[in-house]
Amino acid sequence: MTRRPITLTVNGRAETVLAEPRTHLADLLRGELLLTGTHIGCEHGVCGACTVEVDGAPARSCILHAGACEGSGIRTIEGFDADPVMAALREAFSAEHALQCGYCTPGMLVTARDIVLRLPEADEARVREELAGNLCRCTGYRGIVHAILRVLAERRAT
Amino acid sequence: MKPAAFDYARPADWPAALALLAGGARPMAGGQSLGPMLNLRLAQPERVADLRHLPGYAGVEVQGEAIRIGAGTTHAAIEDGAVPGRLGAILAGVARRIAYRPVRNRGTIGGSLAHADPAADWVAVLPAFPGHAVALGPYGERRIPLARFVTGVFETALAPGELLRAIELPVLPETARWSHWKFCRKPGEFSKATACLLALPDAPPRLVLAALDTAPLVIEDATGLDPAALVTSISDPWRRRLALTALRRVLEGAA
Repeated sequence: MTRRPITLTVNGRAETVLAEPRTHLADLLRGELLLTGTHIGCEHGVCGACTVEVDGAPARSCILHAGACEGSGIRTIEGFDADPVMAALREAFSAEHALQCGYCTPGMLVTARDIVLRLPEADEARVREELAGNLCRCTGYRGIVHAILRVLAERRAT
Repeated sequence: MKPAAFDYARPADWPAALALLAGGARPMAGGQSLGPMLNLRLAQPERVADLRHLPGYAGVEVQGEAIRIGAGTTHAAIEDGAVPGRLGAILAGVARRIAYRPVRNRGTIGGSLAHADPAADWVAVLPAFPGHAVALGPYGERRIPLARFVTGVFETALAPGELLRAIELPVLPETARWSHWKFCRKPGEFSKATACLLALPDAPPRLVLAALDTAPLVIEDATGLDPAALVTSISDPWRRRLALTALRRVLEGAA
């Protein structure tokens, strides 16, 4: 199938890239736009490493194909530099040793930010339930859960 | 893990979607089941028709005593309360436990039901309700009782050329009793056994046993049901025990 122009907004910038309809969004971001912060793990929607924001809500970029992205607004991990919630999460991930190899981290952070904003009253059990779609093979999740709980507590205190 | 080449079409209206379907296109709702199947090359359609942008595909409308849920309504919208009243509370509880939030943000009630994976949540739950699936074909709409919509593993009562347009469910009284249990070793994974029971005032309790290797089992009147008798046809002992547990839990839960 021939490549066709796909127009989408990525991290606030309008982009037009040539892609086959079958190219998935994670490959499009990494290969065409050189946004390699989005990591590819399982490539069938299970591991969560490739989670990005699509039209304001987290989604798996590996099972979303280029054609379907036409006209969408995408925000990758590179697009959160100036975001205060993400800044607090980065601090907390560091303080709580919530990453080792870093492979799952971009997806974890996008999911974590969604938990913090959508579920401000979440307790540890809920955070663990909500994190079930993001696999980490290093940390045992303890640090990640604690980092998210730390940011939730900070925000409830202010 | 890359799909085979396919063409992509985004119909702007329903006649265009039906025409694409008639031409052999594979319909795609949220793509949260078809997407992985494309990557795994379990599905190799020549063309995908993306239904997401069709007018009125998503959304919930109260029509007198019925609630019409557009087939393209996402699990996340239902989780967040898009459906009002007692029915909405029941459906929100089911939606919250479908896969993971990033999947729920795109996956849809109609896509999941039409895909008819035997382990899927809406496949297991919707037959418990006295409602209809609304199919749209070249002739217009027709209604299929939800208890008879899924006919087998990945098989439905939709005829070739038909799309699932909406789900119609009754407004439920606050006194409606509901019980639902599914077994997953990890939150969000495919269920290994699901059962649910809906008891409306002045009506026999309806029970569904699902996540089987067949269509869901719908019991229109679960009064005096012997759970053990219902699971004898499940050959795998572990799955049989899980199904039995699911039945016992929902019967206890609704008591």
